This record gives sequence, structure tokens and C-alpha cells, in this order.
Amino acid sequence: MNQATPSSSWLSKLMGGQAKQKLLAFASLVTLILVFTALKPDAFMTSDNIIGILQSTTVIGVLAIASTFIIITSGIDLSVGVLMTFCAVMAGVFMVNWAIPLPLGVLGAILIGSLCGTTSGLAITKLKVPPFIATLGMMMLLKGASLIITATRPIYFGEVEGFDQISLGSLIGDLVPALPIPNGVLILFLLAFNSAFILNKTALGRYTFALGSNEEAVRLSGVNVDRWKIIVYAFSGGICGIAGLLIASRLNSAQPALGQGYELDAIAAVVIGGTSLSGGVGTILGTIIGAFIMSVLINGLRIMSVAQEWQMVLTGLIIILAVYTDNLRRNKK
Amino acid sequence: MNAKRKLLVLTAGLALAGFASIASAQEVYIPLISKGFQHQFWQAVKQGADQAAKDYKVKVTFEGPETEQQVDKQIDMLSAALAKKPSAIGFAALDSKAAIPLLKKAQAAKIPVIAFDSGVDSDIVLTTAQTDSKAAAALAADKMAEKIGGEGEVAVIGHDQTSTTGTGRRDGFVNEIKAKYPKITVVDIQYGGGDHLKSAEIAKTLLQAHPKLKGIFGTNEGSAIGAGKGLKEAKKTGVVIIGFDSGKAQKDMINDGTIAGAITQNPVGIGYKTVEAAVKALKGEKLPKIIDTGFYYYDKSNMADPKIAAVLYD
Repeated sequence: MNQATPSSSWLSKLMGGQAKQKLLAFASLVTLILVFTALKPDAFMTSDNIIGILQSTTVIGVLAIASTFIIITSGIDLSVGVLMTFCAVMAGVFMVNWAIPLPLGVLGAILIGSLCGTTSGLAITKLKVPPFIATLGMMMLLKGASLIITATRPIYFGEVEGFDQISLGSLIGDLVPALPIPNGVLILFLLAFNSAFILNKTALGRYTFALGSNEEAVRLSGVNVDRWKIIVYAFSGGICGIAGLLIASRLNSAQPALGQGYELDAIAAVVIGGTSLSGGVGTILGTIIGAFIMSVLINGLRIMSVAQEWQMVLTGLIIILAVYTDNLRRNKK
Repeated sequence: MNAKRKLLVLTAGLALAGFASIASAQEVYIPLISKGFQHQFWQAVKQGADQAAKDYKVKVTFEGPETEQQVDKQIDMLSAALAKKPSAIGFAALDSKAAIPLLKKAQAAKIPVIAFDSGVDSDIVLTTAQTDSKAAAALAADKMAEKIGGEGEVAVIGHDQTSTTGTGRRDGFVNEIKAKYPKITVVDIQYGGGDHLKSAEIAKTLLQAHPKLKGIFGTNEGSAIGAGKGLKEAKKTGVVIIGFDSGKAQKDMINDGTIAGAITQNPVGIGYKTVEAAVKALKGEKLPKIIDTGFYYYDKSNMADPKIAAVLYD
């Protein structure tokens, strides 16, 4: 895997040692953009539409980052979409119902995410429930909890000064008016950058990979496997909290029934980005590219007025193709 | 490897080019962003829109998210539709407040917005083509009262607790019973998400919990079919089901007597009136605030009536 030539060594360092694979995924993304631009230049390549694409990637991108950590440990988390919603709901409870100041409410929502992640982690490690089942249970539990807490009605953040700025405001646009990049997009990229650092340069990252490659060996070498696994789920849960804040801010409301199915979009982005479902392999950059391939594809097909049924067929084909080509490349090595 | 991938991308590109040629520019183009697209109801709305597109010689596309909870995905669709610089837009909001920033953008670009199925809390939309949910459900309550003799226990199987149609139909039914039929009590309201199977389970549980139950109101196609299935599986007779909307399975159950009758909206009319209103708006004609597209009660006796048959869908 780590056969980078000297000339691309800075690239491989930046990209976690899988530069070639990332370049391939990136090339597909660029190709996709070029094809759509060629076919619909006046609608696809407009600043409004590009911002629309960036905006539509933020939530799935953040959820995909959360899922990347879990999937690298060879686990799976089916609850990320609904956990996002639960955190959005709790943000509403904190800031609207209890009138807690915005920074504390934001922190609270992220903590709730970590807490739920910790619970999943405990169920997986201490109760020995397989991740698929533990997080499936968590998904149902949290979906119900969101509906109960809100009495099934959305919570609107209209009164919370500045809350919609988390997603919709533009710090970059305030500095450079020609670049009105929404804050949500900025948050996605900052989070991706930090997560890549954590994954590649810290103990948490090393154990995330180790758990996915050979959990037994890690255990035998005296590492507290359970503890690290719980930490990974807690960390991923916290990221879902950020996704919850982003979607709530974008809609200026916490929609209690939303979220189911988003975990599958997130998982699709992760695997398109080259992370293996069997664990031990994966990068954040790949995941981000995967998320953008999905949203560029869907946006482009919409711009072309392709019938919705066909949008689904094409998206499905692209996911299978992406993973197939990735497998071929792997097997060759 | 790379070559193979290039080939694949190229093929995909060519396929897209094929689709693109269908959509040519320089014509009146009206995208409809709906709440869904795979349910028969929305397909009937689409059918009406397509008919109007033919009659008025405009181009119409129809899109909606996979579930009625995906507020953010609907916003992405609206955003992509605006990027295509349409002549006008038809929009059935899942959450009208969330769409306001984009609707303002449409307003700034002088793109008329016509709401359909459910309203938008804003004067940006020129008109709304919709069914009066409360009045329609009140008619269901009247029919229920008539069939069970004006007294006894009834229950509601709702399709959801958040959308305006979900709450409007539930409240329209319950309020009408409370206001006009003091001897009828609504003993339970349960939600099956419009899912046949879940609604059937709910119906069976209702029959267990309330042995004297005389009637069930199913607030949409799936809820009504589920109620009918539940009754059949429990081998229970003598419980009156009033349904909502149509669809082949519901029509069959009305024909075999499992469901007494149902309220139908006029989905084809909703689609047609939306496109028609958009065309009128483009010509600068004034529009009423609400275009009531109407509703009817139908049962075995009047299903073949041309006026009813025209708005029922399979």
C-alpha cells in the first residue's frame, strides 16, 4: 500500500499513505464535474449551484467522517443519521426550551452525541452485542426518543440569535465578499482536517487502525481494547452531534422524524472513498471525496433534468463501480 | 485499470448526454418540487402536471424526496431547480419555514412560485393548489357517523403526526365527531406511517384493546389498506372503515366491502392546476390566494361515476 515514489511522498504524507488511490478517486470527481460542466455550462458551473453542492455535502460529509472511524475498526454504526437528529433535538431543548446560551447549547449537543456513542460502545464491548445490532437498537431507541421529546413537532430556533449562522452565515464571505462559502462548508473542511490529523498522528488513530486490522493481536499485546473501542464510538458520536447542529442550523429547526437513511448515504460515501468495510484501511480525504462524488452526481443529474428513477439507478451503479475498481486495484497489488 | 475506468466514465457521460438532449433550452420550463414521487398519489399529481404541460405547451419536470421527512434533501432539489433558471416553480413544502431563503432567491430572480398540496407561510407564493384537509376529514367523520348509527367507539389510524395533511385530517375528523356527534367517542389515535403492514398491526391491536370498536378512519392510502388487512386477518366483521385517497388495493377493498368508502382528493387536478396557475402567473394574470382542488366521498355505488373515476388512481 505504501509504495509512494519519492516525488509524491509529500502527497502520500498528506493523504495518509494512499496517494494513488486518492488521486484516482479525485480524478473521478473531476471527470464528473467536467462532464456536467460540458453538458450544462450555464446552470451547473454557476456560483449559486456550486455553493448549493457544497451546502448539500456538509451534513452527509460530517456523518461520513464519523462513520469512517467506526468502519476502520471493522465496526458499523447504523445510528449516525438518527443520532444526528437526536442531537439536533437536544440542541433545541437546550437553546429554545431552556434558553441556554448558544455556545453552551452547542457544546451540550456535541456531548450528548458522545454520550450516545459511549452507550453504543459499552453495549458492543461490555454486553458483547455485535455493532450492527447494538447500533440498530440505538437507532430505533433514539428515533423514538426524538419524537417523544419533541411531542413529534419540529422545534424552531427562530428565537436563538445567530443559530442559523452556524450553517448559513459566511465568515469567509465577510472577509472576501467574492467567496460566499457558507460556514457549514468551512466546518466540514476544518473537521475533516482535524479528523485526518487524529486518524494519522495520534494514539486514537493508531488504535482505530489496529482494532480493524487485528483486534486479537492488539488485545494480546496488553492494550485495553474495550476502552479504545468505546473512545472511538464516543468520538464518532460527538461528530454526529456536529452534524446535528449543522442540519438544525440549516433548517433553523430540529425535525424529529428526519435522519433515517442518512447512515446509508454516509456509508456509501465512505466506501466510495476507498475505506474497506472489513476494517483496517481508510482515509478521511477519501471519504470527503466520496461524499462529493455522491452530491455532485445527484446535483448534476438534477440539473440535467434526469428522471428521478434514473438518478437512483445511476447512483447505485456508480457506488458498485467505484468499489469494484478499488478492489481490482487492491488485488493487483 | 485507469483506461477501464476512463471508459466507464465516458460511457456514463454519453448516457448523460442522451438524457440532456431531451431537455432543450429556450422554452417555458416549470419544475415541480413535490413531497414525494414514488407513491401513487404523487404519480397522479405528476400525471395532471404532464397533462397541463401538454395543453399549455410548456416543459415540466417532477421531483420529490424519498420520504416526507427529508426536509434538507427537498431544499437541495429546490436549489438545483433554481440553478436551471426556470420560468416558474411549483413547490409542495415539507417544512415551509426551511425553504424561505431559497424562495426569497426565486422572488429576487422574478421566478413565480406556485405552492401545491400544502401551503407555504409566506406571501412569496402566488397561490396554493390544495385540498382542504380538515373539511375533507370532516366529511369522513359524517360518513362514519352515518354508517355506525350515530353512536359508539371509533379509532383513527393516522399516517404521520408532523405533516399538515397528517394533522389536518386527524383534527378534521376528531373535531367533527366532537362537535356534531356527542354519542361517538374517539377511543384511540395511532400512527402507522402510511405503511400497510404497520397499520394492519395497529388495527389488530385496536380490535384487541377495544372489543366494542365500531369504526376506523384510515387517514391515507396505506393506513386504510392496513386497517382493512388487519380486519381480514383478525377475521372481524361489522367494523366500518373509512379510508382516504384511492389506489388499486383500496378500491378492491371497497368493492369487496372490507372498506365502506373513502374520501378522494383530486391529485390529478392538483398537478394540473399548479401548472395552469404557473402559466397564468407568467402571463401576468391575477390568481386567487387558494385554489381549492376539491374532494369527494366515494364507495361501491359511485366508483364508476365518470366524475369520480376521473380522480381515482390505481
